Amino acid sequence: MQPDPISPRARILQALAADPRTRLLHGHRFRAAEALPWILAVVAYFAFDTYLSLGIAVLIAVLFTLSLDLVIGYAGIATLGHATMYGFGAYTAGLVAVHFTREPVTGLFMAMLAGAAMAFVTGRLFLHLRGNTLIMLTLAVVVMLSEVANKATSLTGGEDGLRGVVIDPLFGIYKFDIWGRTRYWYVLVTLFVLFLIARRIAHSSFGFALQGIRENDRRMSAIGSPVPWRLLVIYTIGGAFAGAAGGLLAQSNRFVGLDVFSISTTSTVLIMLVLGGTGRLYGALVGAAIYVMLHHFASAINPFHWMFVVGAVLILTVLFAPAGLFGLIEKLSSPLNRRAR
Amino acid sequence: MSESPALEIKGLCKSFGSLEVSRNVSLALERGARSALIGPNGAGKTTLVNLMTGVAKPSRGSVSIGGEDVTGLSQAGRVKKGLARTFQINNLFREMTVLENVYLAASEQAGVAGDPWRPAARHRGVFEDVIDALEMLRLTDEANTVVRHLPYGKQRLVEIAIALSLKPKILLLDEPAAGVPSVEVEWLLDVFMGLPKDLSILIIEHDMDIVFKFARKIFVLVQGAMLMSGTPDEIAASDEVQAVYLGRSLEGRER
Repeated sequence: MQPDPISPRARILQALAADPRTRLLHGHRFRAAEALPWILAVVAYFAFDTYLSLGIAVLIAVLFTLSLDLVIGYAGIATLGHATMYGFGAYTAGLVAVHFTREPVTGLFMAMLAGAAMAFVTGRLFLHLRGNTLIMLTLAVVVMLSEVANKATSLTGGEDGLRGVVIDPLFGIYKFDIWGRTRYWYVLVTLFVLFLIARRIAHSSFGFALQGIRENDRRMSAIGSPVPWRLLVIYTIGGAFAGAAGGLLAQSNRFVGLDVFSISTTSTVLIMLVLGGTGRLYGALVGAAIYVMLHHFASAINPFHWMFVVGAVLILTVLFAPAGLFGLIEKLSSPLNRRAR
Repeated sequence: MSESPALEIKGLCKSFGSLEVSRNVSLALERGARSALIGPNGAGKTTLVNLMTGVAKPSRGSVSIGGEDVTGLSQAGRVKKGLARTFQINNLFREMTVLENVYLAASEQAGVAGDPWRPAARHRGVFEDVIDALEMLRLTDEANTVVRHLPYGKQRLVEIAIALSLKPKILLLDEPAAGVPSVEVEWLLDVFMGLPKDLSILIIEHDMDIVFKFARKIFVLVQGAMLMSGTPDEIAASDEVQAVYLGRSLEGRER
């Protein structure tokens, strides 16, 4: 007998593939709208070339927020210590430039390695904990490192910050000019590459397993998932990304200040993420971009009360758009998405 | 070569403070077993399941899977050895779809859940396993429904689909019929009857109808200790079991 060319199983799979709600099968495909932020970033370079340093600050903040989204948004790890990896990456890149090599890509790579190593060690110590305990411990590490950086003046410059961070031309050709032309592209390309990696992770089986842990970690253990290991892996990856953001900051500013290890830094990144929306990658883009620009322009108008504007935006967001500003965009732009959720 | 039991527990004890919830409990499930664990409320049935699956550690005694001692092994480790369970109260990924729920288990079972690079969609074999599990429980029409929006009875089926997609050798069903509308219970029983022959199943259930139709061997747990075990006929004929289930204590009956 001739076997049925299409088995029932294949037919069901086809039906699922045809259903736009099947996130597991479609999530990794690129949609046209995803090009938009990158086009904007390129257009901004040409249209607002006097604002390049603001642009660079936005891009670095986006990368930092993206790294936190992997940790909080996807895996649901309650951390308030993400500045640990950011600051560690910043000092590493700074110190590499001062003492070893001024070649930027090496410095960036070392910053990522430092962020990853820091995340691996602290993650190993803390990630079995949950909730408030974890929040407090991760925060405590930030505060402690701030104190260490403050005291170790010979190494870090203490309160004066780490000076003398000089960076050679990129690939020996492109000079880091004071206008930030090279820096802008350097940071943008780094962000783009790391974003593609994050996107790849988010739509992998591992990415889904992380979301499972976020939703119900006990259930994940009951289906045989090595939950502590999965969390440590993503925490380390997130640490590498945060380290890269810190490294770019050091290289771009040619300076590392103590404030990379401040409570303000570690909470601002969380604010940016919540503002944009957690667990959706593009939320980090939207949240960080809006926050940094709001900060810039609102503080120019009123340097003392700008936080009021930021606070108001944050309150309105969490009350009326709990999925963040990007979640709101998703909802308004696609009635189909709304049904799926 | 005599085959070791699929699952065997020996002399399990567990106490919380001075409260002994498991007292020297032993039982074995042969390959392909169709067994049931019954007992009045508070008999320690769920504790026993937790001890078997590694959620709780026994104060004394041992658990082995296929003759291999797994007493020191984590819950996840025991799942890898082929021990799966469902939960008394639905324990699902409520904000995810049915497909995603089962995919999480199947990808873990297939060993690809740690792969951070290939898109989930490319793991074709995992999807085939998922669809097989969904088909067995007639859930394919609900594949893209968010679990939270499913009726409770259907959610029970998702529980079972998750457990099956782990391709277990031993399946513990903790009160699978609890909360399932009576019209669907009969059908649920059909599903259980149709499960692979070499799968060893222990069902923990209050519904005596299901127990007596399904099980070829029944274990009776009372106050943390094994009162007796036997065929359904033996259990039905036992005065001791009758006494427990009629709510009379044995001492009271003798007086």
